[in-house]
Amino acid sequence: MTSEAIQARLKTIVQPYVNHHENFENLSLESDFIADLEINSANLVDVVLDVEDEFDIRIENEDMEKMTNVKATVEVIQKKLS
Amino acid sequence: MKSSQIISKLPYQEPFLFVKSIDEITEQHIKGSYTFKSSSWFYKGHFKNNPITPGVILTECAAQIGLASFGVYLLSQEKDLELNNIKLAMTSTDIEFLKPVLPGENVSVVANKLYFRFNKLKCAVKMFNQSQDLVIQGEIAGVILP
Repeated sequence: MTSEAIQARLKTIVQPYVNHHENFENLSLESDFIADLEINSANLVDVVLDVEDEFDIRIENEDMEKMTNVKATVEVIQKKLS
Repeated sequence: MKSSQIISKLPYQEPFLFVKSIDEITEQHIKGSYTFKSSSWFYKGHFKNNPITPGVILTECAAQIGLASFGVYLLSQEKDLELNNIKLAMTSTDIEFLKPVLPGENVSVVANKLYFRFNKLKCAVKMFNQSQDLVIQGEIAGVILP
């Protein structure tokens, strides 16, 4: 799966948890979940669980710690899918 | 872990401890109970001359059983930890209130685990009164650290 395709699916996953809607509309690889999208840190767990379901992968603690922005999250997903 | 052991690990004390006993516990669910004392501090103000247990206190009771007590147990099953200094934060609630709970009433809380991952516990909770009527139901989530 291409990085763009993963990013598009990730955008749908994070949408319900986003509090900064303008930054969400302009989502890029650099977007930070907490600083830019203003997602409640407790909801990052829900993002990760939704990623697991969407891509049928298992995220471990060390992966979770990296998944703070779009780029790092796409990379973790790509690695799990390969 | 026994009921008294779990309650001893909770980071609450009077007048803000709302767990009397843990009656059932597995990896999937917990059942506990509490009796709201007629002398509790909040009845004086909620409401004037018409004491009814505040919804936030019912939610707190459900969370102390369904998140804190259940979380202590689940952490104890994961690793051999002392758990003498656990840190808790409730992170979301979505609760419906169906019936009033009056001073002196005993309630039971049943929480079913939706997930416990990355130290976040999310549960579907129900509270019943002595007549087994449903008084509150919904979902609560929180983060628990050993």
